[in-house]
Amino acid sequence: MIEETEQTEETTPVTDDAPLAPMGPGLPPPVRRIVVDAPPTVAHATAVNHGVRSAKEQAAGPVRMTLEALSVFYGTKQAVKEVSLPIRQGEVLALIGPSGCGKTTLLRTLNRLTELTATARREGTIALDEQDIDQLEVTELRRRVAMVFQQPNPFPMSIFDNVAYALREQAMKRPGKSVVEPLVVDALQRAGLYDEVRDDLDRPALRLSGGQQQRLCIARAIATRPEVLLMDEPCSALDPRSTAVIEALIGDLRRDLAIVIVTHNLQQAYRVGDHVAFMYLGDLVEYGPTEQVFGEPRAQRTRDYIGGAFG
Amino acid sequence: MAVTPSAEPLRPLRPPRKRRVNESLRTWRWTDRIAFVLCWASGLSLCLIAAAIVVYMAVKGLQFLSFDVIFSRPLPSADQQGSGGFWDAIVGTVLLTIIGIAIATPIAVATAIWVVEYGRPSWLARAVESGIEIVAGTPDIVIAIFGLALFQQGIFAPLSFTAQGGAVFGRSFLTAGAMMSLIALPMVFGATREGLQSVPAHVREASYGLGKTKIATIRRVLLPSVKPNISTGAALGMGRIAGDTAIVVVLLGATLRIDPEGSVPGVGLLRGTGGTLTSYVYNNSPAGEGNAPQKAYAAAFVLLLVVIALNFAVDAIAKRGAKTGLESTRLGA
Repeated sequence: MIEETEQTEETTPVTDDAPLAPMGPGLPPPVRRIVVDAPPTVAHATAVNHGVRSAKEQAAGPVRMTLEALSVFYGTKQAVKEVSLPIRQGEVLALIGPSGCGKTTLLRTLNRLTELTATARREGTIALDEQDIDQLEVTELRRRVAMVFQQPNPFPMSIFDNVAYALREQAMKRPGKSVVEPLVVDALQRAGLYDEVRDDLDRPALRLSGGQQQRLCIARAIATRPEVLLMDEPCSALDPRSTAVIEALIGDLRRDLAIVIVTHNLQQAYRVGDHVAFMYLGDLVEYGPTEQVFGEPRAQRTRDYIGGAFG
Repeated sequence: MAVTPSAEPLRPLRPPRKRRVNESLRTWRWTDRIAFVLCWASGLSLCLIAAAIVVYMAVKGLQFLSFDVIFSRPLPSADQQGSGGFWDAIVGTVLLTIIGIAIATPIAVATAIWVVEYGRPSWLARAVESGIEIVAGTPDIVIAIFGLALFQQGIFAPLSFTAQGGAVFGRSFLTAGAMMSLIALPMVFGATREGLQSVPAHVREASYGLGKTKIATIRRVLLPSVKPNISTGAALGMGRIAGDTAIVVVLLGATLRIDPEGSVPGVGLLRGTGGTLTSYVYNNSPAGEGNAPQKAYAAAFVLLLVVIALNFAVDAIAKRGAKTGLESTRLGA
């Protein structure tokens, strides 16, 4: 049972130039012990080790996407409540929060996949390179803001065709293999899959292992050189070894892309994220650099979530 | 809760029983025992019936089946030695099946795609599905009579023979094939719809997420995924067409020989009348005019082989689809 804390503390205005926490990541955040029918007490809990940060310091690039007071409704239910966020090139933004907090909805709104749901409605603006995404052709937007899903979902065709499918424009005349092949190879190389599948590009993609399939999906998504890559729990269907490979890949890819990753796995958010946004019941509770959110969270709700008091 | 490992391994209190106590049928309730026996009996008897049909037709058919009787054309003769074989009936079966499935498959697949992928307004989608259910439930003789009434209209004269005075005959491979497609259509539609519905939503979204339009997604992702389903439905539908008699009798003329209509070779064949193995069996059975049961048995055995072969084809397609298609991930997902 979680006591409601004062609203003022929770809805801290989102600022990304907040000073870095004086507390290092080594010190565990305080955690409230939850006792039924007892007033909440704040005590230093046992140390929660979030693992080693793989993300190295890197100068953040220009802002690629800007969310302004973004709200998403399903019917009358508001799933995302007035969220404002910048998404920068060269960094990984990790969206964390308990189930049903709206983080996947937020992610899917960024390339207008929520529009496929008949009851969904959106308010507020999303800008991609200072252009409103509503003014873009939806197919062009989705080529520039690509997405990787929770389940590896290659199409029932060969490995080569899976990547080529993303590349081929929907023109009257499709580009030939000589045009597409170098681009396919390049995408597979950037996704770290080429060395494993070099000799059987014509094999059905569904014969690959789960981790390979997911890297193929990443190759497919980055083949069109998008500016933003959205990842919806890309590792939750994979084993730890494949997860490690994909996390390393995320670290490499963020040089050229802005990456937004939704994850249930706090350790993963800590490992791969440069910035972390914590959402709760549709509200953006906290946004800041990973060290700060994990080391010195400003909102009590974030403290509780990161400390493992609820999930 | 921590479990302290004990130093020595746990020893079972008593040696494990080799057989569970309740395993014997004797300890079951009476009703369960009867039901159990009935389940076994019904399964086995169905096997026996199927085997009896095949064996009986094989014994009866193989006696009279010969190279000659298959590959010679039927001849009008009262003498069984001179009445030829049923080559025309085999050709007619193949031709009619191909025409029927060629008309049914594109329509059924297109309808299934519309119902599953578009399906707006939903009342219209429901109406389409009910319409197909009605077609599926209509007896073939009713479809045949309806087809005859339809194709005897003057507007359909090019499809069949026009008698002197302008009466349209309405019976030809084209008209029979068109009505046969209604027999196969629900099979192909159902299989395709099941296939499309079992493609997970995130596969479609993955395609949309790459900036693809709906039509590109359907053509390049969904259709390849449901190809095994379409093949299964088509093979089932072909079995239905090959086995149908009423439409052949009413709309194809059920003649012994294929009679091309007009002088143009291919078109004349399609506009002409003919017969299939089913109508040949009927005509030559004691119920028909020919009263040549030996040839009826031989033809019936060939027909049975064709339908059984189509059924095995269905199984083979389904198995291959499970290996290479999306089925493998559907199970894993």
